[in-house]
Amino acid sequence: MSADDKTRLRRHHDMGGLDAGAVERAEHDYAAWEKRVDAILRLLSSPKRGILQIDELRRGIEDLGPGAYDELGYYERWIAAISNLLIEKGVITIDELGRRMEEVEARHEAERARTGKA
Amino acid sequence: MSAPRFPVGAAVRIRRAFPPGHIRAPWYLRGCAGAVSHVVGEMGNPEEFAYGRCDGPKLTVYRVRMRQPDIWPDYAGPPHDTLVVDVYENWLEPAGEETP
Repeated sequence: MSADDKTRLRRHHDMGGLDAGAVERAEHDYAAWEKRVDAILRLLSSPKRGILQIDELRRGIEDLGPGAYDELGYYERWIAAISNLLIEKGVITIDELGRRMEEVEARHEAERARTGKA
Repeated sequence: MSAPRFPVGAAVRIRRAFPPGHIRAPWYLRGCAGAVSHVVGEMGNPEEFAYGRCDGPKLTVYRVRMRQPDIWPDYAGPPHDTLVVDVYENWLEPAGEETP
């Protein structure tokens, strides 16, 4: 196997050793929704519930594919993977999730219209 | 824990294999060789956990030290620089004399 073959067989997320540019060192606070995503993962993976494990989350993030992996933020990747895993496992249905997303979207629209804030 | 397959000091190589799915051997180290510096212990297999299967046998995890110039053909740092990586036993094989 040539080095080129090895390069071809790298999965997108497996980036160790590639050029990466400058390290972003700025600190930032977490948004409320990011904390919520973290909490959701902790609840789902707690031994009491055992609905999913951290390794499944990691696999789910890797399976998002190169586009989503690069474009989504850290916790966006988490919630995208968690959603897919919960659908796979039959904990929620796609229809249920879609309708709930519509509700939330409508609530935010109404809030924006009321306050004039984005 | 029974005697580990690779004792401290054993010459090992990370398998040069590229199966699909969730893999716990870093891509850039596959095919690279080093020596066991520490036997970490027995752990569940995360490559199985990743698919929701938790009942499989545990695997021994090894800490492997490699020479940086063995990993990077154009390594510019001091020749005695090393890299340490934890590797599950399923990804290790005995390192022969040949180089990859």
